[in-house]
Parts: sequence; C-alpha cells; structure tokens
Amino acid sequence: MQRRIDKIFKSKSFSAFTSALLAIFLGLIIGFIVMLIAKPEKASAAFQKILLYGFSDLGNVFYFATPIMMTGLAVGFAFKMGLFNIGASGQYTAGMFCAMYVALMFDLPDGIHWIACILAGMIGGMLWGMIPGIFKAYLNVNEVITSIMFNYIGMYLVDMLIKGNAKMFISSTSRSAYLPGSAQLPSLGVKNSSVNISIFIAIALAILLFILLNKTVFGYELKATGYNRHASKYAGMNGTRNIILTMMIAGAMAGLGGAFAILAPSTITGSSQTYEPINVIAANGFNGIAVALLGNSSPLGVIFSSVFISHIQRGGSQTSILGFKPEIIDVVISTIIYFSAFSLIMKSGIGRFFKNIHHRKPNARTVSETPVHGSTLIADEPSEAELIQEDELKEAVDIPDYIENTQDSEEEV
Amino acid sequence: MDNHIIEMLNITKVFPGIVANDDVTLKLRKGEIHALLGENGAGKSTLMSVLFGLYQAEQGEIRKNGQVVQINNPNDANALGIGMVHQHFKLVEIFTVLENIILGVEPNKMGFLQKNEAREKILSLSEKYGLKVNPDSLIEKISVGMQQRVEILKMLYRDNEILIFDEPTAVLTPQEIDELMDIMRGFAKEGKSILFITHKLNEIIAVADRCTVLRKGKLVGTVDIKNTTKEELSHMMVGREVDFVVNKSEVEIKENVLSVRNISVSSESHKKLAVNQVSFDVHAGEIVCIAGIDGNGQTELVYALTGLQKLENGQISLCGTDITKASIRNRSKAGMSHIPEDRHKHGLVLDYSLEDNIVLQRYWQPQFQKNGFIKDRAVRNYAKRLIDQYDVRSGQGPVTLVRSMSGGNQQKAIVAREIDKEHKLLVAVQPTRGLDVGAIEYIHKQLLDSRDSGKAVLLVSLELDEVMNISDRILVMYEGEIVGELNPKNTSVQELGLYMSGAKRDTSKGE
Repeated sequence: MQRRIDKIFKSKSFSAFTSALLAIFLGLIIGFIVMLIAKPEKASAAFQKILLYGFSDLGNVFYFATPIMMTGLAVGFAFKMGLFNIGASGQYTAGMFCAMYVALMFDLPDGIHWIACILAGMIGGMLWGMIPGIFKAYLNVNEVITSIMFNYIGMYLVDMLIKGNAKMFISSTSRSAYLPGSAQLPSLGVKNSSVNISIFIAIALAILLFILLNKTVFGYELKATGYNRHASKYAGMNGTRNIILTMMIAGAMAGLGGAFAILAPSTITGSSQTYEPINVIAANGFNGIAVALLGNSSPLGVIFSSVFISHIQRGGSQTSILGFKPEIIDVVISTIIYFSAFSLIMKSGIGRFFKNIHHRKPNARTVSETPVHGSTLIADEPSEAELIQEDELKEAVDIPDYIENTQDSEEEV
Repeated sequence: MDNHIIEMLNITKVFPGIVANDDVTLKLRKGEIHALLGENGAGKSTLMSVLFGLYQAEQGEIRKNGQVVQINNPNDANALGIGMVHQHFKLVEIFTVLENIILGVEPNKMGFLQKNEAREKILSLSEKYGLKVNPDSLIEKISVGMQQRVEILKMLYRDNEILIFDEPTAVLTPQEIDELMDIMRGFAKEGKSILFITHKLNEIIAVADRCTVLRKGKLVGTVDIKNTTKEELSHMMVGREVDFVVNKSEVEIKENVLSVRNISVSSESHKKLAVNQVSFDVHAGEIVCIAGIDGNGQTELVYALTGLQKLENGQISLCGTDITKASIRNRSKAGMSHIPEDRHKHGLVLDYSLEDNIVLQRYWQPQFQKNGFIKDRAVRNYAKRLIDQYDVRSGQGPVTLVRSMSGGNQQKAIVAREIDKEHKLLVAVQPTRGLDVGAIEYIHKQLLDSRDSGKAVLLVSLELDEVMNISDRILVMYEGEIVGELNPKNTSVQELGLYMSGAKRDTSKGE
C-alpha cells in the first residue's frame, strides 16, 4: 500500500496535476491582490464570485468550456508531436465558416442538418491545419510562422466571404444571419443556458485522442517524434506523413470548436448565435494554448483545464455587477496561465517535497543546485525536472553520453 | 611519510537512486601521475566533480596540504590551484585560442583587454611544456588534439598545480596520445600533480605512478603501478577475470551482402565532399572495420548507408537489391540493422520506457500491432525476453524510463534490439563508445556471434584495440576516402596510425 502511494506521489501525472493546481492557486492569489488594488472594499466579495459563481451556472460553464476544450485539444495534440500549433484561431474560424455555410446555404432535413454542419466545420479546420502541416513536412517551414499567418489569412478570408454573401450577412445588423433551427445543436434544456450536446462530443473526442495517443501505432510514432525527432527518423517512421496527419487532426479539433460555437442553440426562440465580421482574430484559439498548457497537453488534462478556465471566466463576468472592469478577470486568467508556464519549476519542487517527506535522509541539507534526494537504490520514476538533473548526474556518474552533441546538432526534420 | 597535496577522505556522494561515491578515500602525492580507474558508473567522474567543486559531498572532507578546505564551486577549486580538462571541451568555438585561455581571468586595465601581456605568458608556457599552439587561431578551425592543448594551457595559465584529466585520450590518435603522455610526464617532473581518469589499462601502465580503482562507487584500492599488472588492474576494476584476447574463429567468407560503389556524400559542416568516391564490399561471415580519426567521413558514410542522408552519387546494394534510394524503413525490412553512433540522438527515445524502445524498429510488425493498436502484452513479453537474454539492467524492468538507465545498459538495449531483429547486415558504429571493459567484452562477443552466424558486420570504430582485435578486414578512411585496406593479422597499430593520419596511403585504393 505504502509503495502504491509512493508510486502515485512520484508519478509524472501526479506532479503535473499538483503543479497545475499550484499554478492556479498562485494565480488566484495574485489575481486577488490585483483586485485589492483596484477596489479594496469590494475585492473579497468579487473574489468569492469568481470562485463560486460558476457552480450556480454550470450550464454556461460547460457551454463556454466546449470551444476552448476543442482548441485546447488542437494545440495539445500537435504539441505531443513537438509541433507548436498557434494556428488554432484560424482553424477555428475556418471551421466556423464552413459550418455556417452549410447551415445557411443548404436546406437539409432536421436531424441531419446539424450533423452535416459539424462535419463541414471539421473538414474546414482540417484543411486549414493541413496547409501549415504540408509546408512543415515538405519544405521545413516553421509551423509557428505559417500557422500565425494562416490565422490572419483565415480570418480576413472568412470575413470577406461572409460580407460578400447576401444570404449569410445582414448588413443592417452587420452580423451574420440567423441559422435555421435544424442547423442548431440539440440543447440539453438547461434554463438560461445554451449548453448543448457538443460538450459530450468534445469530451468523447478528448478520450478518443487519449486512446489514439497511448494505445495505437500512430500515437507511438507521434510521441516518439515529439520526444526525439532524430530517433523517429532512425526508426524509419514516416515523418512527412505524420506531421501532416497530426496537423490535420489538430485542425479538425479546432474547426469543430468553431462549429460548436456557432451552431450552439440560442436561448431565445427564432434566433441563433451570430458572427460579426470585424477583422478580429478569434480569442478562443489563443485561449486554447492556455488550456493546453494548463492541461499539460494531455487530452484528459484539457477537459479539466477548459472547464476550469470557463468556470473562472463565468465568475469573472459577474464581478462587473460589483463595479469591476471585465479586464480584471482577464488579468487573473492571464496570471494563472503565466504561472502554469512555471509548472516545470513547481514540478521539481513538488517532487522534491514529497521525496523528502517519504525518504527523509539522515543529514539532508539544502544545497541550491544539488537537491538531496532519498537514498533508495531502486531507481524511482523521475519527474521531468529531475530528469534534467539526472542528465547532469549521468555526466558525473559515467562517461558523458554525448548529450551535448544532441543539443548542438539541432536540425529540422 | 608521504607528502600529500590533496587528500579526499571518506567521500560519500548520493544521487537519487544511487550512491555514486561510498566512503571513498583518495590521496594524491605531490608530483605524481595518479590514475583513477573504474568501469562506467563506478563514480570516477563524480569524485573528480566533487574535487572540482561541481558537486558537494554529503560526507567526508577534502584536504589540501593537510588543511581542510571547502570547495563549493569551480572558482574555489581554481583558487586552490585545481584545474580540470573535461572530456567534452569547454571552449568557445568562435573565439581564438588566446581568448579562450584568458576567458574568465582576462587581464585588463580599466576594462580594456591587455592581450599582449596574456600572449607573452601563453607563448612562454607553450614553449616550456612543448604545447605548440597558435594563439590567434580560431578554435573551430583547429583539430581536436589542438583543442585539448588549449584546455591544458588554460589550466597552466591559471597557475594550477593539480591537474585533472577526464578521459583525455578518447579523442586522440595514437601519435597524439604518445605526445600527451610526454607532456604529462613533463608536468610531473615540474612538480605538478596529475589526476587522470581513464579505463584504458595500457595508458595507466605507460604513464601513471599510482592508480586508485573504484568499483560501483566503492574504493577497491590504490596500487603502485610498478608492482602491478594489467591483469590485476582489470580484475580490480571489474571484479572478475577479463579476456583480453578475443577468441575468434577463422573467418569464413560467404556471399556478398553489402556492395558500395563510388558513393559520394556531401558534408553539412564544410563545402567539400565528406565521402568521396568510396567503394567496398562486405560479405556474410566477416567483420569489416572502417577505421579512422573522428571526422574523416565515417559518420556521413554510415548516414548514407542507413538512409539518414542522401548521397550525391554512387550506388548501394544489399544482397543484390539496389537500395540507393530506399527509405530507412525499407532498408530495415531488407535486412539492415544499425547500431547508431549517437545513442541519445538516434538510438533511443529517452523519455520512452525500455519496452517501447526495444520495439522501436519493430512496433509496426504484425507481432506487435493489430489494426493499428499496439499489443501491449506482446511488447511486454518480447521486452522481458530480450532484457533477460541480453542482461539489460534497469530499475523497474520493461517500464523503466530509458533516461534513468546507465549508458552501458542503454547501449545493451540497442544492441539487443538490433541483433535480435532479423537482419543480414549489421552496421555497428562505435558500439562500445564510453562503455566499460565488461560491457565492451560483451558487445564484442555479440558482434562475433553475429558474424559467426553468417551475418555481415560493418564496424565503424575509433578505438584501435577494437579495430585490431575484432575485425577481419580494415578499411582506413582519411578525408572522405578509403586510403588503405589492411589485414589486422599482418599490420601494426603504428602502421594503422600512419594511414589514419594521412601519412601513408595505398594508391591502389580509393579511385
């Protein structure tokens, strides 16, 4: 039993989880301090709202969590292969447009229409993710640059196409037209909330991606490539195909996010979600990066981190009643994300903390760069930050294993 | 009676999961060359890192001239006159020799560098010890042997009197090794004290006065070289008898497996061709060795053979099939196994478990996957079998993270994977690099078994002992060309050295 507990405490996912929690905790504290400065007398009431309001409005928490869950999956999945997909916004917008197009331009029967719209959104995002993938795979163009540019290209193109289409654009409201009821997603019937079936689809897809990553040949290749590109090439993996496939899957996820957002049912009968083509890049795409970071790029982690971010966003929107500017909540969220980037340091801290508790060394002392660990002779599964130390250890214990070479000769696939 | 300049008393250094040094005592006399011998992971480098201030020991103390000293970082070590030449040189490639030597102790007047002062000191030092260098050459332009001299000059410039050498001969040619030995003797005569990490017994016998042997973090003992033998040292190091003579059956050459015709490969670091019009054959049942000093095109040749790099021209066939343009996967399917030069870069996914790494070349075969899903149980069972059969040691068996394993066991895992895979040709590139005697013996045996079972083996090695003992035929590479074909039975290390350094070439070869 003790061994088992030890194992849990030392497992990689445990320290990832605790470091995410610690990141959130520290972020909240800083957020609270910001609120204290902004409006000291209302700060604790507002802080309570941020923490608790979401529980009284779960429908909307899940509703707003859905699109960022999808973009979070898009970023996290690509990251498992070592690709930094900043293009989730563009893929999201492309998916949204395709879904909207099928919703407004095609008259399909109930029960089929919304499914067709979702599929169209998926394909739209997939194509928008595929293009940077092709550039990366064949021409070794950095995916960060292409996907950022494809955010702009996608956004301007979509705005232009919508504005130029009389059936899609209502010039008097300068927004997109209402979608027919048949194209809207089945609601879950929660009062005052647009929460709909897509939350289940999103969670199911996250689980599917988890299985894909951990149980399949494709996932094996993908992670191997992410960990060590050179070794994957040496093992004869088809890097070109895998890069394109990964970007297509990532794009499909973001595209679905866009589709879910626009196809969500309206709480007012006869209306729908609309899109305003005002040349702004979709924020949900960038929020996806935050979601993926906080969720440690794991599809299952993304489920939780997206719901959490949505939760504090809901709470934050309520603070305006108390006279807080909506920007405050953005500051708090940004702080949390900022701290989640520190999670590696926190991970090592947590790992050390639990190790010291479980195997207290006789004359343990704190030396800044060489933490003292337990002296068990069985190699524990090391956390990521310790691994860095273990590299140093390797240099010291045996003949250095040419780690430096690996770093020096960085060349792209 | 003894005049000890450095005493490391009862040093214990613990790392997570391992006691790197367990109550180790080492005493260095003034003016002696003291070798520190041990297998991989025996704790030699850790002990020296403790002395150099890179690590702090949990227990024990260090004394200099009888006084207890505290060494918290390399600066403290320097202040005490302790200098170290690391195995991987710590030089700034785009700086000149002079700039590297003065780095950190730049002589200056009001912030302006005083290079002339430094230059004079460097020139007088290089004169005195026979370390010829040009102070104005860029590091990236000079040979590895020269770079090592720069590292040595760095220590001398700082007036260090205790010099630590970490595996100094690993990167040198036989001639350069002889020169280094002379330089070291010169230092000792001058009264400097030398600590010399190695696992090459010949060098210890040749140059050291005393030798301290470590095994698995523990002190085995300190011996006078005059009163010992190579056999005794190796016994102390490994804890059992080691065969120095490789038992090798007569070569039985069978059909041609690999045939390489006029291949040229471009270089990534310079404009010239890294491999220039090279042709050779490897037959089933023989071990052909490509010998040469590092950086003469061996790496690129292997990359071309294994598909990691495209060729400029020429043709490669494996068992009669043209594989010049075949993908890496198809070469593997056609029967090529490859033990890569850099096990961390190519050979392993360090963040994968041992079992995942063991199937790295085979995960796609029906044995290990069904409809795109990995068969976890099949992978586990296969990994267990290989781990047993090839004695790969790790903390948690198949699920151990490869990063946490020792270098020797990582290499064993690769060897197991590549040899157990169905193959006709085994390309082994420096398969014993950085390994200890026991592991080397083991891997050599595996290579010979492979040969005896009718496989063709192409061995690329920088270790002359390995070249001479294992191979049936030696091809020497120099500046991208094969300059000689030698029979290890009718040649000497000295002759091989002449070919390797380009001083001699067989004109019938290489066109």
